[in-house]
Formats: sequence, structure tokens, C-alpha cells
Amino acid sequence: MNLILGIARSLLFARWKQSLVAAIGVTFSITMFITLLSFMAGLNDLLDGLILNRTPHVRLYNDIKPAQIQPINMDSGYAQHYNFIHSIKADGARKEIYNSSAIMQALLQDDRVLGIAPRITAQVFFNSGTIAITGIVNGIDADAETKLFHFGDYIVAGTTENVDRIPNSIVLGKGLADKLLANPGDVVQITTVKGERFTLKTEGYFQSGLQDIDKTQSFASVATVQKLLSKPSSYITDIYIKLKDVNAAPAIAKEYQRLFNTDAEDIQTANAQFETGSFIRTLISYAVGITLLVVAGFGIYNILNMMIYEKMDAIAILKATGFSGRDVQKVFMLIALSIGFFGGLAGLVLGFGLCNVIDQIPFNTASLPTVTTYPVNYNPVFYIIGGVFSLVTTWLAGWFPARKASKIDPVIIIRGK
Amino acid sequence: METTILEAQKINKYFHDPVKVRVLNDISFSINKGEFVSITGSSGCGKSTLLYILSTMDTDYEGNLLLEGDLLRGKKEAQLAHIRNEKIGFVFQFHYLLNEFSVLRNVMLPGLKLNRFSEQQVEQKAYEKLAMLGIEKLALKRANGISGGEKQRVAIARALINDPSIIMGDEPTGNLDKENGEVVFGIFKRLAEEFNQTLLIVTHDPHFAERTHRIIKMEDGKIVS
Repeated sequence: MNLILGIARSLLFARWKQSLVAAIGVTFSITMFITLLSFMAGLNDLLDGLILNRTPHVRLYNDIKPAQIQPINMDSGYAQHYNFIHSIKADGARKEIYNSSAIMQALLQDDRVLGIAPRITAQVFFNSGTIAITGIVNGIDADAETKLFHFGDYIVAGTTENVDRIPNSIVLGKGLADKLLANPGDVVQITTVKGERFTLKTEGYFQSGLQDIDKTQSFASVATVQKLLSKPSSYITDIYIKLKDVNAAPAIAKEYQRLFNTDAEDIQTANAQFETGSFIRTLISYAVGITLLVVAGFGIYNILNMMIYEKMDAIAILKATGFSGRDVQKVFMLIALSIGFFGGLAGLVLGFGLCNVIDQIPFNTASLPTVTTYPVNYNPVFYIIGGVFSLVTTWLAGWFPARKASKIDPVIIIRGK
Repeated sequence: METTILEAQKINKYFHDPVKVRVLNDISFSINKGEFVSITGSSGCGKSTLLYILSTMDTDYEGNLLLEGDLLRGKKEAQLAHIRNEKIGFVFQFHYLLNEFSVLRNVMLPGLKLNRFSEQQVEQKAYEKLAMLGIEKLALKRANGISGGEKQRVAIARALINDPSIIMGDEPTGNLDKENGEVVFGIFKRLAEEFNQTLLIVTHDPHFAERTHRIIKMEDGKIVS
């Protein structure tokens, strides 16, 4: 085997320029493959994170909807009839989750749950002089939100701690704050749906990256919002649940819906389009990457074919002096695989380097406050796929020429002289 | 009684393209150990064709071929390669050295392939063979850096490296000038007489042939004498 290796090595170095060109082809394609996938995955993570990180895996809430069983259906006297009811309206405005503290206790004891964050959503008007701007105040547990849903990442001025600590403080969406001309420390006036007026102190800005959200949303502590709505401290409209395994969300959502007698929405249902987008983008990057590799494979194929024509004599004499067809095939397979191996290795290293460079390029956009450089995902899987693919393509590219070499009849070559 | 090295029994060979032509016609002969045999004949009489059948590289023939009593018919390609490696040394009209390797490495290659001795031992033997042919000084030169006559002597050293049962040559002096041709002939003669080496050389040079121990003369695919 050492002998075969030695012969392969000297043939490889005898035409080192060609070998180098072939290896550079592989290097280039692997570099681009790694960079493309890392960058694309980084971008996917960023875009998904924009929505998915902030979305609960399961959200418990009470939807506004009419009772499923209308009174007439319960009347035994009409049980045999078809009952047509027009203009059904939802009853009672109770958006709160019944028995919320007991539900939260139960959730915290569930092994599958990573954490929960209670929420209250309140529609309000922000008063700016004579103008009233509609908006939403979310009552949140800022600590839990930061821990579970990266809330803190989106605070561009002020801190989240103050929201919990200081009563009557509020974090305004950046777009909303701009409309209200409210700087941190300023007081904003709001009017609740029921007509009560409150003054709240602006603690900071919140910028999610989604303009529509930033123009309407604001955040205050749960207690503050309960006060705005004149509700008791048990009043909670939503419970945001983060699970340990996001894929279990649909099943768990159904289970909770039954168990707690509330509505439950899972992340997959709420954000199906993001999954599709990510999938298509990943698919395109793989397709481009693999195309690059195939092109590099053809390069290797050509170079090996040329090498075989040039080295006919050498192959003939090797066979005449006792090397079998298999030995000759091994020599050329080794040449192909070493081009693939070293080219691929260099490609992985260069790809990593290029990813690092991209990672350093400034990328500032108003909508993404937490992102300062282009996003890159350093998933080792890309490197494994790249490495395996460089070997597989070169193996295939080498196989046909190597087989041809093994079939060369030394008699024809030697007699032809 | 002398040992028979190579025996051909009724070898027939046809070329099929473009029409079926019989190029070898019931060739039978045997070569004993230490014999220096030449095959002569005019161009196209089938002498080279016969040699390549004898060398095991051409397997498309009828009849039986025995090397040291071992029937070669029906053996697989890899087995035949091993037999060539171990028992047959080749010297062609053209030297066929590998330019990527040094002279020494070229001589060593078949020995390393045989893998019976360690690399150091093979190297030692290669030096001995080169010294025997008076070209040990060239050992570390690259194969394309030496003259034509020297190359042919390196090729002979390569043929000798595994101490083969028989050395086969196809016009080994065909590409050489008279002086180098004489040197090569001298080497063959010495191998036969001093080392009891069996040789089978195809040549159309009558001056070469008449000084060998035995001449097999061919005409139109048949042995005439």
C-alpha cells in the first residue's frame, strides 16, 4: 500500500500545477459551500429569531367567541328540532384566564415546560396634546420575558428591571415614542378604553425590528396594567409558555386546551410561513453549493483523464512488471481522493475564515437593534457535509478515469511504440 | 536432466479485426534453464505477438503455456500480474522508465511490488544489480537525465531485480546504436553464461541472433527452424 501511495504521490507532484488547479477548484467550491450555508443559516436564524424567539411555544388565552352550545340546544323540548339562530354574538367580555394562578402553578410543575410568562393586553389611547393615538399596553413580567423571549435584547434605551420595580413606568415602542415625542424620563398620558386617564413615566424604548409592532406596542408591569384596567391581581389574559422541545408544541397545546379549558395556540400553527421560508432558503443554498462541487468534480475528472493519457507508458510498464489493474486503479483513486481531501480541507479552513470575515462586516439596520454585523451560523454540520461531499465528488470523478487506466492493455501501448 | 523453464504447446493466435487472420500456427517449443534463445524472422512473422503471449500479457490465444510447469491458462488478471512480477523480467525496445522517479527507485519498483524483502533489502539488491551493469553511479539521478544506452541498462537492472526465472526482450537493442547494442548484448551473454540466467530475446538483427545459444526462426506464424 505504501508503494501505491508513493507512486500516486509522485504522479500527483509530477503534474503539480494541474493537481493544484484541481485542488483549488475543490477548495473554492467547498469554501463557497460553507460560506453560503453559514451565511444563509445565520440569516435564517436572524429572521426566524425576529418572530419565533419572541413567540411563545404555546399561548393560553381566552378567545372572544360565542358559546358553542347555545341555550336552545340545551332545552329538551327542542332537542328533536333543527334550531336556526341568527346573529349570534359572543357573550361576556371576560378575556381573562379563569383560575390563572392555579394554572400557572400546574404549568411550573410540568417537566416539559421551560418557563412561563403571564401577560395582560390592554387597548389604550396615548394622548399627545389633542391627538389620541391608539396603542396597546402589554402587562409583562419583564424578568421572565427577558429570560424566555429575549425581551431585554430589544430594549434600546433604559433597562427592563425598572419596568418591574417602578410602578407606573412604561417602555414605549420606538415608533410610538417618536410619535409621542417622549424621551426616557418623560411622562406620557394615556386613556383607557373605559375613559380613565393615567400618567405613566417613560422608562425606555423598545425596538423589535417590525415597524407595525413598534408603532403600537408598549410594555408595563403586570401590576401596572391591572391597575389601568381596574382589575384584581389575579387578572391575566395570556400565559406565554416556552417548552423544552418546541416540536412538542402542537400536542401540548391541545392537551392544555382540554386540561385548562382555555384556548391554546402553538408556535407552528401561528408561524407556519416562517418554516416554509427558511426551508426554501436552505434548499437553495444546498443546491448552489452542490452545483459548485459537481463543477469541481468535472474539473478533477478532466485532469485525471489527461493525466492518464500522458502516463499511458507508465501505466503500461507498471502492468508489465507485475502491477495488476486493481493496483493501477488504486493509484488513480488515491490521486483523486488526495486532491479531494486536501482541497476540501483547505476549503473548510478558508470557508471558516471567510465566515469570520463576514461576521465582522458591520450590518446596522434601524429595524434590528441587536444586530451589528452580518449574521453567520457556525453549525458544524455544514463542515461535515462539506467534507463528506468533497470526498464523494472526487471519488466519483476519479472512479471513471481510474477504471479506464486499470483497463489499459499494456501490449497495445508497448507494441505501438 | 535440464529443467524446463518455459514450454509452449500448440499455440495458435488469431487476429479478428478486420478479418480473421491466423497469425500463429501451432507453435510448440520449450526453453531450458540457462538457455540464451533468440527468436528471429522478418517483420510481421508473428515473433512479437508470440513474445507477448509468452509474457502472459496477451491472454487471447489457443494452446497451452507452462511457466516452470505451471499452466497459465485460465488464471486471473491479478494472478498473471503476480507471475510477471515474480518470474518474468522485461526489456523492451523502448526503456519505459518512469521519469518521476530516480534510477534507483525505477529499479526497485517491481521488487517493492513483490514485497518479499524489506525496502532496505530491495534497495541493496538494486544497487547490486546496477553495480553488476556498471551504472551504480547513476543510481540517484532522475530517469530522464541519463543517456539512451544507460536507460536500457537501467531497464535490464529493473528486469533482474526479482531474480526472475526468465528475461524476455522485445528488440532490446532496436533503439540503440551499434556500440550500446554491443554493450547490451554483452550483458545478456554474461547473464546467461555467468549467472545461468534464462533469456528469450526477439530480434531481427541477424548479427545479434547468431551469437545466441539457440535461434528460433519464424516465418508466417510458424517455426521454421
